[in-house]
Amino acid sequence: MSIKLEHVSYIYSQGTAYQKRALDDVSLEIPDGQFVGVIGHTGSGKSTLIQHLNGLIRATDGKIYFGGENIYAEGYSMKKLRSKVGLVFQYPEYQLFEVDVFSDVCFGPKNLGLPKEEVEQRAYEALQQVGLKEKHYKKSPFELSGGQKRRVAIAGILAMQPDVLILDEPTAGLDPKGRDDILDQIALLHKERGITVVLVSHSMEDVAKYVERIIVMDEGKVRYDDTPRNVFEYYKELEEIGLAAPQVTYLMHELKRRGLDVNPSVTTVEEAKRAILAATGEAR
Amino acid sequence: MMSIIKASKLVHEYQKLGEDGRVESSYRAVDGVDLEVEPGQFIAILGHNGSGKSTLAKHLNAILLPSEGSVHVDGKDTRDAEKLWEIRKTAGMVFQNPDNQIIGTVVDEDVAFGPENMGVPTDKIKKRVEEGLKTVGMWKYRSHSPNKLSGGQKQRVAIAGVVAMHPKCIVFDEPTAMLDPIGRKEVIEAAKRLNREEGVTVILITHYMEEVVEADRVIVMDQGKVLMQGTPREVFSEVELLKEHRLDVPQVTMLAYELRKSGMDIPKGILTMEELADALVQEKKAP
Repeated sequence: MSIKLEHVSYIYSQGTAYQKRALDDVSLEIPDGQFVGVIGHTGSGKSTLIQHLNGLIRATDGKIYFGGENIYAEGYSMKKLRSKVGLVFQYPEYQLFEVDVFSDVCFGPKNLGLPKEEVEQRAYEALQQVGLKEKHYKKSPFELSGGQKRRVAIAGILAMQPDVLILDEPTAGLDPKGRDDILDQIALLHKERGITVVLVSHSMEDVAKYVERIIVMDEGKVRYDDTPRNVFEYYKELEEIGLAAPQVTYLMHELKRRGLDVNPSVTTVEEAKRAILAATGEAR
Repeated sequence: MMSIIKASKLVHEYQKLGEDGRVESSYRAVDGVDLEVEPGQFIAILGHNGSGKSTLAKHLNAILLPSEGSVHVDGKDTRDAEKLWEIRKTAGMVFQNPDNQIIGTVVDEDVAFGPENMGVPTDKIKKRVEEGLKTVGMWKYRSHSPNKLSGGQKQRVAIAGVVAMHPKCIVFDEPTAMLDPIGRKEVIEAAKRLNREEGVTVILITHYMEEVVEADRVIVMDQGKVLMQGTPREVFSEVELLKEHRLDVPQVTMLAYELRKSGMDIPKGILTMEELADALVQEKKAP
């Protein structure tokens, strides 16, 4: 089911000295099954934006529709919305609290009021989906590594079987291996289950590698909303708002400036390789 | 010249105790590491989680003590309890999470905490606080409340606190892991400046390969052992070995490696965009 925002604004601490417009007239639509990246520097409004998507923050102004229904309409079930739009916070492992991994993942579906067998079935599947080995299921979450803990936290959301999975910097603080494992796993979920994924990230390289669309936030507004290739064409403008393009994008522009006939709109190592080989092949 | 840090056959064993207090199992987090750092060097330590790099770091100012082997900081054995204060004064440490390192309610008070505890006279503390904050570019925030600062700013305040203790060496344990790209840049710049301008020995532990390209020496840890070490260029020439251990290489290094594999004449160990651009423009000119 798609999510649609119409002229959404949000003002923090309205009427106080700390008043701040965190979102400023944001309109966008995330269709079913899309893999979207949200980028923006700290304070750009990206975290505020995603917390609107499952109704954790209520817009000061504007409307939000989930599957065509207005989530602010009287009688709309926020509980149902939150089971359909799963949000994984930053450092979600801080929220693990149960005695063992399996019980922790059961917590969400248990609260949906499902029968015990189904709760356990879902927990089991979710843990499989995040690639955590069965030998860890009865361990205390605190015995696991950082990357494993984070997977347990993501499994806790997946066990609710959401249609939309929102992740706020799921790889922050992880090492390259933990990062690749988690992002590959999420990409697989997206591919196999057709789940909509919204990925908030600081890593332009990661965003370029995985997503099909990038939303760039700046001062509460959507600055760019396009494919990675088109968004990173604005690498100079991105720098002005504290962001950057992937390293290879800069390289290709530099090569073009130095007279090599390459197509500079490239965002991954693989694309860059092909573009360079094509250009130099022609030269010979 | 005497090494500022010298670890010989260092072993650190974590022990898991059972309920009766007996050792149930043990785990060698650091397994026979030799490390020598000269004063004024900028050393980077890489390795993924569980490779032993943070355990190693905690030996460098006697937070942990060797299970076997030894560590000497500026010639002092870390197991010598009487030298503990001197060792900690010599080797300062900056940790990953900025929020866990700040205790003062005002920035300058927080920076003063270290020298105050060392018994530095009040008039000198003021001078040290000023120096520390100026070195990291946070002087104008001296009367701010730390909790209103960004992650990168907090981390710089933490660095100023260490600088105010006048250490010869600072160990940075993943100081940028929790920061955004701007914060990361600020912190790395501060570390480099300390090394370059103040001659402070810097040991930087990180996951981010882009942060190590300017180091004098890169040490790669894996399973408690030193997997390889050398200049950044030497280490990043071994793309296959790094990939095998699931470590990252900078995007341009990866691209250069891929192009070499495809038969292009590009030197090994490319580290920066400029180097790769130069190599490609050269290659095009060649017949």
